[in-house]
This record gives sequence, structure tokens and C-alpha cells, in this order.
Amino acid sequence: MSIFSTRFLAASALALMAAAPLHAKTFVYCSEGSPEGFDPAPYTAGTTFDASGHAIYNRLVQFKPGTTEIEPALAESWEVSEDGLTYTFHLRKGVKFHSNDKFTPSRDFNADDVIFTFNRQANADDPWHAYISGITYEYYSSMEMDKLVKSIEKVDDNTVKFTLNSPEAPFLANVAMPFVSVVSKEYADTLQAAGTMEDLNNAPIGTGPFKFVAYQKDAVIRYQKNADYWGEAPKIDDLVFAITPDASVRLQKLKAGECHLMPYPAPADLADIKADPNLKLDEQAGLNVGYLAYNTTVAPFDKPEVRKALNMAMDKKALIDAVYQGNAEVAKNPIPPTMWSYNAAIEDDKYDPEAAKKMLEDAGVKDLTMEVWAMPVQRPYMPNARRAAEIIQSDFAKVGVKVEIVSYEWGEYLKKSMEAGRKGAVILGWTGDNGDPDNFLSVLLSCASAEEGGANRAFWCNDEFSALLAKAKASSDQAERTKLYEEAQVIFKDQAPWATLAHSTQYVPMAKNVTGFVQSPLGDYTFETVDLAE
Amino acid sequence: MLKFILSKLLYLIPTMLGITLVAFSFIRLLPGDPVLLMAGERGVSPERYAEISAQLGYDKPLWQQYFTYLGDLMHGDLGHSIVTKKPVLAEFLALFPATVELAVVAIIIATVIGVPVGVIAAIKRGSWFDQISMTGALIGFSMPIFWWGLLLIIFFSGILQWTPVSGRISLMYFFPQVTGFMLIDSLISGQKGAFGSALGHLILPSVVLATIPLAVIARQTRSAMLEVMGEDYVRTAKAKGLSLGRVIGVHALRNAMIPVITTIGLQIGVLMAGAILTETIFSWPGIGKWMIDSISRRDYPVVQSGLLLIAGIVMIVNLLVDLTYGLINPRIRHK
Repeated sequence: MSIFSTRFLAASALALMAAAPLHAKTFVYCSEGSPEGFDPAPYTAGTTFDASGHAIYNRLVQFKPGTTEIEPALAESWEVSEDGLTYTFHLRKGVKFHSNDKFTPSRDFNADDVIFTFNRQANADDPWHAYISGITYEYYSSMEMDKLVKSIEKVDDNTVKFTLNSPEAPFLANVAMPFVSVVSKEYADTLQAAGTMEDLNNAPIGTGPFKFVAYQKDAVIRYQKNADYWGEAPKIDDLVFAITPDASVRLQKLKAGECHLMPYPAPADLADIKADPNLKLDEQAGLNVGYLAYNTTVAPFDKPEVRKALNMAMDKKALIDAVYQGNAEVAKNPIPPTMWSYNAAIEDDKYDPEAAKKMLEDAGVKDLTMEVWAMPVQRPYMPNARRAAEIIQSDFAKVGVKVEIVSYEWGEYLKKSMEAGRKGAVILGWTGDNGDPDNFLSVLLSCASAEEGGANRAFWCNDEFSALLAKAKASSDQAERTKLYEEAQVIFKDQAPWATLAHSTQYVPMAKNVTGFVQSPLGDYTFETVDLAE
Repeated sequence: MLKFILSKLLYLIPTMLGITLVAFSFIRLLPGDPVLLMAGERGVSPERYAEISAQLGYDKPLWQQYFTYLGDLMHGDLGHSIVTKKPVLAEFLALFPATVELAVVAIIIATVIGVPVGVIAAIKRGSWFDQISMTGALIGFSMPIFWWGLLLIIFFSGILQWTPVSGRISLMYFFPQVTGFMLIDSLISGQKGAFGSALGHLILPSVVLATIPLAVIARQTRSAMLEVMGEDYVRTAKAKGLSLGRVIGVHALRNAMIPVITTIGLQIGVLMAGAILTETIFSWPGIGKWMIDSISRRDYPVVQSGLLLIAGIVMIVNLLVDLTYGLINPRIRHK
């Protein structure tokens, strides 16, 4: 968008604002970063989804607030065929798209919008597939939607039928994700005719709880409540994202009343926040896992008993205190306890250096020297990998294993850690995309993901485990899937391709007068339910 | 004079060319790969990797990429960001006024305080004022900006609540950006209190950004003044019975200003470096923060074209500084 049209937009937005009552209820969120753009399809950052997909748009189905359960959204109901290959969605009637100075919708949301949303990502011949230079649809391809979706048909204006190439139970969770937020076909046509296609990314039109008003790069995003929202209308009138990259500054802004809510507090500030009488702190177990992945294809780590022994040598409680400052729980399974199918019956390996030492001796391991890789970046699942590696180093030293800590630049780290024959064990982690166990287990531990370009950094390929995942994926019966995943976790624990380290806790500090904020296990920040008490 | 300016401008061309080469290779010398960074923990299949690399032109040999880049530059195309997919020039223009506003206010603060402090310290050499101000300058020069900024925020915004914590203007003001300079736009908007709010938001970040240049300017002024004060013509002026104000203001200061102005000009580069940290702490939407983000994401087009734009501006400012010498000292006026 040219500078001129940015200004024009801001000016017309101003006119819009002027029409609103002067002392409207304004909610300010101190967000941690700038959105990459406002088209939810081509980008992958959570920050972008909060600013675009969640605020402005809706999807066919959505996650029930505070859970990873699927509930109706733009689709009122749906049916899945016996063979799990066709999904028929019945669309909600009377849903209105937003309007702005260049566009006023002439019709309600319908099947054409749904088909356009998917086709522009799937189909390289679609004029919208490459409407911005260098654009790619990373989520669409990484969730393998391109391989999965065979066809999308419009049955009638309010019915859409998806046919899949193979049965895939997580499909519903996929279509609840922000990258398939429904965009208006009519708006796209208008922009195409006007020759301003990039405005789809700069001046978004959706059906969501908030209308986009203006974005000032790296500074402020402004939204206004969508009074015609099909769901329960937001309780606040205006929503503002004040972009504040530094965590300590965000907290100072929150304390000074310059914003009402902030994400990602610095762990060192938590005690201070708890002590502040004007603030409150919401906490929830995060949908994540931090782990240490052995290379199960290289001796002596190809022996499960060696990996098991090393896991027993690790004092995870001490690690959590030092690395997460206590703000995490010990992980015993590869999926977090907030996820359905979590096998609570599994017992974690006991911390027992003596027994571990003996097991290593029995396995014929003597004078072992190994590398432990420490990530160079902070992630919610691993706030300080260097410190974690040091603790593992000292724990392993007690059982006679010498550890050398290595690290690389982040891009290199990701690449080298997936190179076949890699030496040493890698610290890494994962945060769920869609709340489906398959999004952890298949992505991180299946045989297919051990290939080049996958994310199985243990290179662990267990046929029995992978078969269970495949079977679960093909079933749409959640009770059956739960049983299969529980079984898979037993195999995982027995084979120990990873040392599961921790599931970290998510904290959301906010002003005392904020009500109705619901934390999302997926780490999304959504504001249609928030209110400010007088 | 015109010939001088033209010759200087001619020098800019090979220098800029050199900068394109340095910027282009510098960011590629850093380990890391933009495509892998985009894929993150999930990883990317070799086919997909090849596809994206080809789309971005990164599958071609480096020299070819460089010449493609140069060719695009000749057509005025600075490229598109890999991350936001937006044109680099548009992003730069949207963010640059914020940095300029901050830098100008900072350099004014540094000069208006730094020069008089240096002069007084030189005249009262060895006095308590000299001792304290020069120790202060040493501390200011060695201050870690990040820590200093946070300290000021906690004290003035947190405890005293005198200044806002961060941002460019209070969120209650909302008006179109005409010039991109908040002080000017707030006046144009005519909204009551907007200018005051913009000014209030500028205080802490500009003080933080001014700290190092202020220290350098004060010390440079002091030593230049000391040198000039020992010259024969100053002694003569004093002997003639001229007032102290005239001796210092007309005879000494004017001659001492040449190295001081050079120093001020050189501080523009320092300001750009300081802006990176200052902008990050104060959530100031300028080009410093933009460059840092782009480097960490290996956003090649933004880094190489952004550096080129910044370097070009620093060079032009330095050229302007060169020209001001003539105003102060007719002997080095360019013919």
C-alpha cells in the first residue's frame, strides 16, 4: 500500500472514530510484536494471528474459549461421512462482513467465501495465490492441507462439501486454525477490479468481533467493535494494540495504566506482579513441551536402556526451579496434561543416579562423552537452554557421563539438529498449533517425521508407535483415538527417545478491573469476551 | 562552491556501491538462513525449501544475486521484505520520520547542553564544575543504553509518574499522519493537548539517546576550548582589554567550534546506532528497531537496502557538516 493510501485510510478511519461516542470503552493490549500483515493465510507468527485472524476474522469452526474443543462458528453444523472422507458444512445465515471506506458488502457470507478462502491457498493458478510478491502459504502446506484436501464443492449457497484424500481426524481442528480464516470473495473481487489487491493484506475485511480501523507500523493497531457481530457482541467499544517489544517496559506500562493486559511477562517480574495491588495474574498450564532428544540411531543412544538410564540421572525438579524459576511442571509424557488423551497413569522415571550408573554399566557404557545442544533463543517452552544444558551436564557427570555443551545460531541449530548421524542430544520443544495430540506425536515422533525436512530430532522410528498414530488419525471416534494415543504414550515412555523436561506455565498479567479474559491453551490472545469494570 | 559539492557528490557514488557490496555480503556471511528461520521448530521438506528459495531467487549463485540486486536498485526497486512481503522503501518511509524526530531532538539536547558545559569547564579548568561535569561525561559515555533507559522509565514514569512509559503519543489522540513527525502532525491535527502529549513522550527517549553524544560533545568542546584559549590571538584579545564574554564568544569559541562541529556531525552515526536500543526500550516505531528485527530474521532485502539508505543519509549529513565549516571559518570556505 502506498504511503498515500495509508494516510487516506487513517483519515477515513478518523472519520469513523469521530462518529463514535467520545468516552467509549477502550481496551488497550500491550502486544509484544508487530503483525507481519493482516492477511491471516500467508503468515505464521502468533502475534500476527492475534492481530488478524482472531480479532478480525472467523473460521468455519472455532476452539471453545479456554479449551481446544471444537465448536460451531461460521458453520452451524457439519457431518462427517462413514469413511471419514467427506465433511459437509452447513453455513450460518445472515453473517455480515465488515465494511470500510472502499467496500460495503452487498451480500451476506456464503459458500463462495469459503471456497475462495481455501482455493487461493491451494491453487497456484488462482489470481490471488501470488497477489503479493514472494508470498507463500506456509501453514497450508505444513499442515499438509495441500495433500489432504482433494476437492471443495459448493452444494448450495449455505452448504460446502470437502472431500479428503484420506481420512484425517485432526482435519476439523485444522480448519479452526487462523490460516483458514474466511475472507470475503466479494471484497477480493472489488480489490482486483480496482487494481489494489494488496489491500487484502493492509485493509482487512472479515466477519469477526472487531473491525480493523488503522495500523501505524510498529506502533499501534486500532479496532472498533463489530456491532453486527453474529456471535455475542464484544463488551468493549474500541480495542487498541500498543506494540511494546520489551517485557519490562510492558510491565511498566501496565503499572502506569497505559494498558490493561500484557502477554509474556519476564519470569523475574512475576513476584513483583503478584505483589502489586492494582494487578492480577492469570495462570494456566501451557500447551507445550520442552525436551532433550537423543539421536536414537547412533550408539550407544540406540539402546533404550541407555536413554532410560540417562533420564533417570536427570534431576528435573532442580532443572525446573533453575530454568523456569519454578513456573512449569515436570513432563513425563510428550504431550501436556491439558491435552485430551494425556496418559496420567504413566509413571515418570525416578531420579536415581545410583541406579542410573548401574544401568549404564550393565549396558556396557563406560567413559561416555556426549554433546548436549543448547538453543540460542528463548521460547516459552524453554526460557534458558544454556542453563538447562549446564544442569544436565552436572547431573550426567554424577553418573560418569561427560557432557560438552554446544550451540549454534538458531537457523543453523534447526538445520544441523535434523542432520542424519548428528552427534549428541538436542534441547528443543514444541507448542501446539491446534490442540490435537496428532499435532505433537506425528509431527515430532512418527517414522515419517524422522525423514529429512521433518521435526523428529530423535530420529526415532518405532513401527508399532507409528501404526497407532496412523490408526488414530483415521478414526473420527474420539474415545477410540484417546485409547490409541494412551497406548502410544506407553511405548514412548518405554523406549525413551527423549528426556521429557517440562510443560511451562503461561502467565497473563492484567489490571484489576479487567474481567472476562479467557486464556487460550494455544497461546492466543482474544478480546471479544473482555470487559472493564467501572 | 558548486564544484566542491559536485565533487563530493561524485565521491558518493563509489562509496554507495561499496556499501551495497558490504551490506549484501555482510548479512549473508552471518550463519542462518531466512527460509529455515521462517519454518522454525517444524522444519521444512527439501522440496519445499527448494521451492521457496527459488521463489526468492536464493538458489542462484551469489554474484548473480548481487547483480540482480544492483540492477533492481538502478530501477529504483529496493526489494520486498521476506517477512512482511512489503516494499522496503515503503516500510522505510513509514518509519524513518520517527527516528529523525528522535535523533534531531537528541542532537539538540546534546549540543545545547554539551557546548556550554564544555566551555565553562574549560574556562574554569580544575574547578569543582569541571571535575563534576567531566566525570559525569565519562559516566554518560560508558552508560549501557538499555539499562539507562529502563532506569529512567522506572524512576520518572513508574515512581514519579511524570512522563509516559513508552510510545510516541497518548493513545487517546488519533489523527492522520501527514508528515510522520509527531510534533508537527499533532499541531496540524488541532487536537487539544496532542502536541504536549507528543512532547512528553519524546523527553525520556531523546534524553537517553542524547546521553552519549552529550558526553562526547562536552569533552570535545572542553579540550578544543583549552587549546584555543592558549593561542596568541586570545591572549592579545585579553591584553587589549576586551570583555571576557567577547574574548570567549567571538575569538575563542568560534575557532574552537570547528572540531566540535566535526564531532557533532560524526555523532549522527552514533545516534543511528543508539537509536536501535533506544527505540526498542521505548517502543519507538523507527528504523533502528526495524533493522534489528530484520537482521535477526535474516530478512536480506530489508537489511541490505535499509543499510544503504541509512548510510546514504549519514553521508549526506556529513557533507552538510563539511559545508558549515565555511560559515564559521572563512579560511576554509570552498571556492
